[in-house]
Amino acid sequence: MSTELTRLQTRLIEHFQRGFPTTPRPFETIANELGTNEDAVISAISDLKDKGYLDRIGATYATGRAGASSLAAMEVPDDQLEKIAAQVSHFTEINHNYEREDKLNLWFVVTTADQASLDTTIKAIEAKTGFPIYRMPMIEHYRLDLGFALKWN
Amino acid sequence: MELSELQHRLIKRLRDGLPIGKRPYANIANDLGTTEETVIETLEQLIAHKVINRFGMIIRHRALGYQANAMCVFDIGDDAASDIGKAMATLPYVTLCYRRERVAGVWPYNLYCMIHGRDRLTVRAQIRHLIARLELHDAPHKVLFSKQCFTQRAGKYGAPAISASLSASGPASTQTIPFPIKSGKYHEQA
Repeated sequence: MSTELTRLQTRLIEHFQRGFPTTPRPFETIANELGTNEDAVISAISDLKDKGYLDRIGATYATGRAGASSLAAMEVPDDQLEKIAAQVSHFTEINHNYEREDKLNLWFVVTTADQASLDTTIKAIEAKTGFPIYRMPMIEHYRLDLGFALKWN
Repeated sequence: MELSELQHRLIKRLRDGLPIGKRPYANIANDLGTTEETVIETLEQLIAHKVINRFGMIIRHRALGYQANAMCVFDIGDDAASDIGKAMATLPYVTLCYRRERVAGVWPYNLYCMIHGRDRLTVRAQIRHLIARLELHDAPHKVLFSKQCFTQRAGKYGAPAISASLSASGPASTQTIPFPIKSGKYHEQA
């Protein structure tokens, strides 16, 4: 695990999944903190992106604060799963879409700017796929997304 | 907090990620027709008001070795769910923990936690520890490992109310990341 990452890349992932600098030259700020230079940081991060380890440098949002969202699930026959999953993912409002081991086997998260768009989108996905969608909206969160540790314990 | 038009536009712009270059906030300012200083201030407001929960590198955890990804769901009495959720959230291997609405007649579970690990043996041991520690032996529950990830991308916040994908539009970018363990090998439902 992580043998393909350079030491700098490992440190970047360990330190900058949260609290990314909002200085005009953030990669230089990071370089100063890690004792290297801006070009090395930019090149290490570009390489993580090219290799598919980094999705993006960006934000995750507190549920309900930036728009509307819901976890949702469908029961899809195995032989149609690939096709239906692709139809679901085609909607740009889907930000996660996983096959899980259960009778309810397709699980996804729908995010939209407001509640009305959420309802419209879910109805449109039902119409497109022909399967009912069950919604499990959040009531309360107890632990937020804090990123991932690279060290295995 | 009511979001300003600029905040909405910044949120939308951030879905594509921060440009990886020397002056990324200046690049975004250029796209949005404002100044670098305004972009930074607006972003800092969103972070300070906790609209943004996390700002940083968003990794593809499966590519980095987190390939055993379990969603554990419990049916907990409504009066106890909050306290149990708070206790669950303190366990070091729990990455996310939520209370959600049940689906009548279909899905009785209301308390969810995610455990992301390198292998299923470890994750299963952690689930046993969680159940013992919180004394949940009698609570109906299920463990749903993920088999394949069809999509992981930014949430479509900050978008206009009319969905582009509801009208005729080009295909959304979709990336399928196959799970290396073939299906059928693990049938795991507690």
